[in-house]
Amino acid sequence: MERMQQIVGRARAAFSSGRSRPLEFRIQQLKALERMVQEKEKEILAALKADLNKSGPDAYSHEILGVLRELVLTMEKLPSWAAPHPVKKDLLTMRDEAYIGYEPLGVVLVIGAWNYPFVLVMQPLIGAIAAGNAVVVKPSEVSENTARLVAEILPQYLDKDLYSVVTGGVPETTDLLTQRFDHILYTGNSAVGKIVMAAAAKHLTPVTLELGGKSPCYIDKDCDLAVACRRITWGKYMNCGQTCIAPDYILCDPSIQSKVVENIKATLKEFYGEDVKSSPDYGRIVNQRHFRRVKSLLEGQKIAYGGETDEASCFIAPTILTDVSPESKVMEEEIFGPVLPIVTVKSVEEAIEFINLREKPLALYVFSNNKQLIRRVIAETSSGGMTANDVIMHSVVPDLPFGGVGHSGMGAYHGRYSFETFSHRRACLIRDLRWEAVNKLRYPPGSMEMVHL
Amino acid sequence: NPFAGLVSHLRASWLSGKTRPMEYRMAQLEALGCFLDDKKQEILEATASDLGKAPFEAELSEILLCKNELNVTLNNLSSWMRDEKVDRNLAMQLDSAFIRKDPYGVVLIIAPWNYPIHLFLVPLIGAIAAGNCAIIKPSEISKNTERLVAESLGCYLDNDCFAVVTGGVPETTRLLENKFDYIFFTGSPLVGRIVMTAAAKHLTPVTLELGGKNPCYVSDTCDVTNVARRVAWGRFFNAGQTCIAPDYLLCTIETQEKLMPALREAITEFFGPNPQESPDFGRIVSDKQFQRLQALLGSGRVAIGGQTDEAERYIAPTVLADVLPSDPAMQEEIFGPILPIVIIANMDEAIDFINSRERPLAVYAFSSDDKVVNQVLERTSSGGFCGNDTLMQVTLTSLPFGGIGSSGLGRHHGKFSFDTFCHQRGCLKRGMGREPLNAPRYPPYSPQKFGVIRATSQVTRKNGCTLL
Repeated sequence: MERMQQIVGRARAAFSSGRSRPLEFRIQQLKALERMVQEKEKEILAALKADLNKSGPDAYSHEILGVLRELVLTMEKLPSWAAPHPVKKDLLTMRDEAYIGYEPLGVVLVIGAWNYPFVLVMQPLIGAIAAGNAVVVKPSEVSENTARLVAEILPQYLDKDLYSVVTGGVPETTDLLTQRFDHILYTGNSAVGKIVMAAAAKHLTPVTLELGGKSPCYIDKDCDLAVACRRITWGKYMNCGQTCIAPDYILCDPSIQSKVVENIKATLKEFYGEDVKSSPDYGRIVNQRHFRRVKSLLEGQKIAYGGETDEASCFIAPTILTDVSPESKVMEEEIFGPVLPIVTVKSVEEAIEFINLREKPLALYVFSNNKQLIRRVIAETSSGGMTANDVIMHSVVPDLPFGGVGHSGMGAYHGRYSFETFSHRRACLIRDLRWEAVNKLRYPPGSMEMVHL
Repeated sequence: NPFAGLVSHLRASWLSGKTRPMEYRMAQLEALGCFLDDKKQEILEATASDLGKAPFEAELSEILLCKNELNVTLNNLSSWMRDEKVDRNLAMQLDSAFIRKDPYGVVLIIAPWNYPIHLFLVPLIGAIAAGNCAIIKPSEISKNTERLVAESLGCYLDNDCFAVVTGGVPETTRLLENKFDYIFFTGSPLVGRIVMTAAAKHLTPVTLELGGKNPCYVSDTCDVTNVARRVAWGRFFNAGQTCIAPDYLLCTIETQEKLMPALREAITEFFGPNPQESPDFGRIVSDKQFQRLQALLGSGRVAIGGQTDEAERYIAPTVLADVLPSDPAMQEEIFGPILPIVIIANMDEAIDFINSRERPLAVYAFSSDDKVVNQVLERTSSGGFCGNDTLMQVTLTSLPFGGIGSSGLGRHHGKFSFDTFCHQRGCLKRGMGREPLNAPRYPPYSPQKFGVIRATSQVTRKNGCTLL
């Protein structure tokens, strides 16, 4: 408890010194972060390989490239994001200065997740630094190599008091959450999300919760199945299914179910070869606990493809389940693994109803040549974000906010949205001490005629 | 769960989709306008009974400001609702990327007693505009207004989608057990914590409009006459029961000397020699609040006012001089017609004083020297700021209204209300063709494929030497 108090206290004192406020300082810190990512690339990739068996290109493209891109974008746009935004005035305020000032919140806490352990602490950190805050970073202890690395290298490049890393598990995080922060961004599951928000409530701390859910993927009969299945296969099995916006399950007409299975099978062979276990591009489940959890979802299911597992290496083969019952275990919780259930529905209405009966997901996918149908699915459902005719990709458009709704989360970040999340929008009205005559209208003794002027 | 039926009824209406079309939302908003027009007299009477609110004040805060919000919303709703297109990179030039504004569903609006119509109606405008269903929980303390709202709002709004729930703490507690898709709360930080804790159980996002002690710094270089008027107006409006009222004054002892007669004159100008007889000066809402305020009169010394009348719950417009930071009047948000003056040596001390306390909803600074006003603005943090006046920053619908730290989280007014009550959904529509363009991202991975990804998706610095 004391250790956490000290760390947060140091961050707060550093913030109060005011040195994180000038734009030059923030950009200098972001530049240092950029150098860190470039200079420590090998170490970062090694950590990701050790934690998740992430292949080099996968890791680079999902974790490093994204971070570098965010850094470049942020450094470029920061002056315009941080500039005061003048607003429309009315007759009474015509002579005044009226604008929205973007100000730092103070000390921000970023809690990362284990599935994309580097980018999920770095991207929020970038936004928090850009907005002028002090930041405490708490990487996930489950991806322990990345956590250790981040704790080691961050202080080598950034201001040590303003930006610190806290490592540890549940007890340390619980301790940390008793401290007062000015914003908390948490990435993880809904159960812990509730705990984080309840802890934040004690201090009236605003939160951004990036949670999860079961992201549905509806495949219409009218679509190019080969293309659709290739894209779905890519998004589902990357990082061994451990992606918050992976297509969790498929909804499609029973008449195309077997074609979907055939197409995915063919794509899997194309991606990972005949012996997926020996492909350098296929990941592993992060640990035994999650391995057992995902494996148990296969019980009693019709395995159309895959199903092989190896506990020693936390390997689960890319698996497809067919004719899955909506009441089964695999349809209850977010799978977060390389298991793809197919639930059959007879129409898009049924698919929409199915989706709406469940918690709002982080992502929603629909594949169809029919633009009307796509428009309808978007209009009649709700989700954090969505992509039509592909998966995952809405999360890489820099100007789209990335966040959940309902059980899948609250708030958003990425790019400009990170900056706004970690800033306070202060309404500023600067008037003149003269021109009192106009003010007289509002002073008592009042009369109704005055009001109507 | 006594409210489960009501909530599920509203949820069913929500799921039916009837609140989504723009025409529906506009019609409900127009109906709210009719409510304000038709019931104006009743609103003036109810707020007069509840708070002794002067008709002038009530018409301004409960009617005019609300109509402004309504009109801004009606005028702009169609553009606010439109999908917001965003920039795409090279790889996505042929795709459609946009932000869809999705309603949340069933929202809960909890309003306080001090501006009992305004503080439920303005958020409600945002909730309706964004396409939600809503439950409105007005304050039981302003009971005449509560009754008016409960009895007549239903005659104007669609009862399947909008409902009013009355009651006190027990009812609100039961109400909060239900799952809402958004909760908008205006009230004290203490209750704000309770609301957010209840919301956490359902992962319900919240906006909390709370309060605090809004400091008002008056520098030595200023025209005390105008300062006194503007401060007095902001402090004594609604008998001080305003979340953004200047709570206390910070100035040097010399300025206190100069200000005092100016304040006395402003008060007399506004309310006459005996404010108790002025139709323009309000009353304290309840006995409990009256007694709380009465106890604060012992802080410092009463320089102006200080008279009270328990029967009428009248507290005279009061200025307390030489108040110490340790005095009772400086321990809690005053929320009454009492203005303590705390002496500081200079601007730096004033800023340090402000920064050593919880961040307030508003900071005010008065000076004829621009630099002074800007210094106070830049070196403090608060929900909002107004230089050389009080309260006015919330009358501009283009400015966001919200707190920071213990004074609140989130913001509303104007478009910010609409944004508060909708989920900004990132959407990307791609085509099924041009699949070869996707090839570089698929396994088996190779450096060549990677080069293509980097080239098509990377953001490069515009000016900056890559060799460095």
